[in-house]
Amino acid sequence: MFDLKGKNALVTGASGGIGGEIARALHAQGAQVALSGTRVEPLEKLAAELGAGAFVTPCNLSDVDAVKALPGQASEAMGGLDILVNNAGITRDNIFMRMSDDEWQSVIDVNLTSTMHLMKAVMRPMMKARWGRIINITSIVGVTGNAGQVNYAASKAGMIGMTKSYAQEIASRGITANCVAPGFIETAMTAELPENVQTGILAGIPQGRMGTPSEIAAAVAFLASNEASYVTGQTIHVNGGMAMI
Amino acid sequence: MSDIADRVKKIVVEHLSVDEDKVVEGASFIDDLGADSLDTVELVMAFEEEFGIEIPDDAAETIQSFGDAVKFITEAA
Repeated sequence: MFDLKGKNALVTGASGGIGGEIARALHAQGAQVALSGTRVEPLEKLAAELGAGAFVTPCNLSDVDAVKALPGQASEAMGGLDILVNNAGITRDNIFMRMSDDEWQSVIDVNLTSTMHLMKAVMRPMMKARWGRIINITSIVGVTGNAGQVNYAASKAGMIGMTKSYAQEIASRGITANCVAPGFIETAMTAELPENVQTGILAGIPQGRMGTPSEIAAAVAFLASNEASYVTGQTIHVNGGMAMI
Repeated sequence: MSDIADRVKKIVVEHLSVDEDKVVEGASFIDDLGADSLDTVELVMAFEEEFGIEIPDDAAETIQSFGDAVKFITEAA
């Protein structure tokens, strides 16, 4: 099940907790992976850990030209590109009353617009191959909203609408596009939250714990596989029951 | 019929699974040959590959029929 031998995957944000684990999971299923991110050092480290079939393709996602060039670089490194995982994302939290135009725009640019550019750039080769997988990592807050994250929630909700529309346009070509929506996951980002905030969050999660990056990666590995061929335009929520949608 | 027209016709016939005699000068890909909008994009991609040319998006939008395609490619090649 979920054999990805012969497939080539580009993972953005692979220097982060969730992205790194997604790359590990796809690689473990036999895929070659191109690891993208802004910080080269963690990418090199992950590539060394994975060994053969792992390539480092750094990219600053706020640089449009660099974003557009990324799929070509990844494809050249791996010899093809079959699976695109848009995992990279940033937060610039602030209450909306105080949110600056720049806080809004930078989050939309990196989370939503770069995803759009990457999805567009991979269309041609995937259409020709009559096979492709787009997996966008959105967030529970794109569906539920979250105080202090108007920009982030808008970008993540935008990803969901974009994915559904894209999935409809391209469905007849053997390409699926889906989202995975994590709830609270143990990462460097959530570890920084004060203890009382963490306790409050846990009270709202029926399973009583945060998720792990590998639990997100497992959903991605499924969506990337041939077994998921009839799943498209969907959002898989991986959140310990925090929101049941 | 020119060599270019023959090659364009072959691509159209293969891609849209239509009879060769339906692919005439004025045949519209969408209205007469059953293509959808994605098919027209793929036809342009196939023409680019076959003839080693680049067809920019704004030019691609003007290629609506078999005749349009042959004319454009003849001028570009």
